[in-house]
Amino acid sequence: MRYEGMIAETVGLRGHGGVEVASYTARPLGPGPFPGLVVVHHAPGWDDWCKEVTRRFAHRGYAATCPNLYAREGEGDADDIGARVRAAGGVPDDQVMGDLQAATDFLRAQAYSSGTVGVIGFCSGGRHTYLAACTLEGLTAAVDCWGGGVVVDDPSQITPKRPVAPVDLTSKLKVPLLGIFGNEDKNPTPDQVDRTEAALKKAGKDYAFHRYDGAGHAFVWTVRPSYRLDQALDAWGKIDDFLARHLS
Amino acid sequence: MCTYITEPVDLEGSAKGARGWQRIERAHVSFDHPQHAPLDHALEIDLIDGSGARVAVELSAASARALIGAMERSLERGEAETGEGAA
Repeated sequence: MRYEGMIAETVGLRGHGGVEVASYTARPLGPGPFPGLVVVHHAPGWDDWCKEVTRRFAHRGYAATCPNLYAREGEGDADDIGARVRAAGGVPDDQVMGDLQAATDFLRAQAYSSGTVGVIGFCSGGRHTYLAACTLEGLTAAVDCWGGGVVVDDPSQITPKRPVAPVDLTSKLKVPLLGIFGNEDKNPTPDQVDRTEAALKKAGKDYAFHRYDGAGHAFVWTVRPSYRLDQALDAWGKIDDFLARHLS
Repeated sequence: MCTYITEPVDLEGSAKGARGWQRIERAHVSFDHPQHAPLDHALEIDLIDGSGARVAVELSAASARALIGAMERSLERGEAETGEGAA
């Protein structure tokens, strides 16, 4: 009999500025070695779906951790916390990068670590993933799922919290990048994805983009009407193949 | 898409939520991913009290416009009947 099991728990990270940040962490039972994966939650917050995704990766052999990027807003229902962050215009990029660096370092420091750590993010987390792949230390591969705002067309979107258009950091991209996008998305639009791809190509980076007709934003978010079954199943296959190739 | 579109407005009044009646001090009005309504995007109204707790509403764009119309008609008739105007 093949035995399957995992442990899923909250751990405390020392995040940006030394603040304690809860991180939902799941890994297979056993000594490892397990490749690591940082899961970057979407704009609505550190919710049940993001934790399900974290467990999904543990089920597939990864030690995955999803830090609560909204931890500084306190405890409470994820939707209430997400509403507070939305009203505040999101969370600052430098704070998020500090928290994601802490998550990366945490996974690398564990006795079960295989020594590789990827990062995958959804929605705003896709944009954070692009930034992380260009700026953080210790990553091995990155997956940007429909990150909006990688290309910035409206100058008012460059703010103290988001001072840089991530696409402008493309020359600094350190790891192979997988991008997953819906062609009916408005943020990023297909044209913006084209321009991100052009920047990656011009910089000679290792990347692969997969773009789906009949899908818009967040088409693997199972509990929302944006979910598209065929496109989601194909995208998960692409993600699993990419991570196995680069992290195993 | 994650719009971060939020229009804040100061309010005077009360709203009833899970904690009972709350004095409302302001609202945040957004157009973004809803948490519960089965829509890709929704007009979201957070009615917020002095402690930061909210009573939340998520509406389709058409519903939100219908609500705006109903509010305006109700205000117009009520103010005409009572003689009270907007402060």
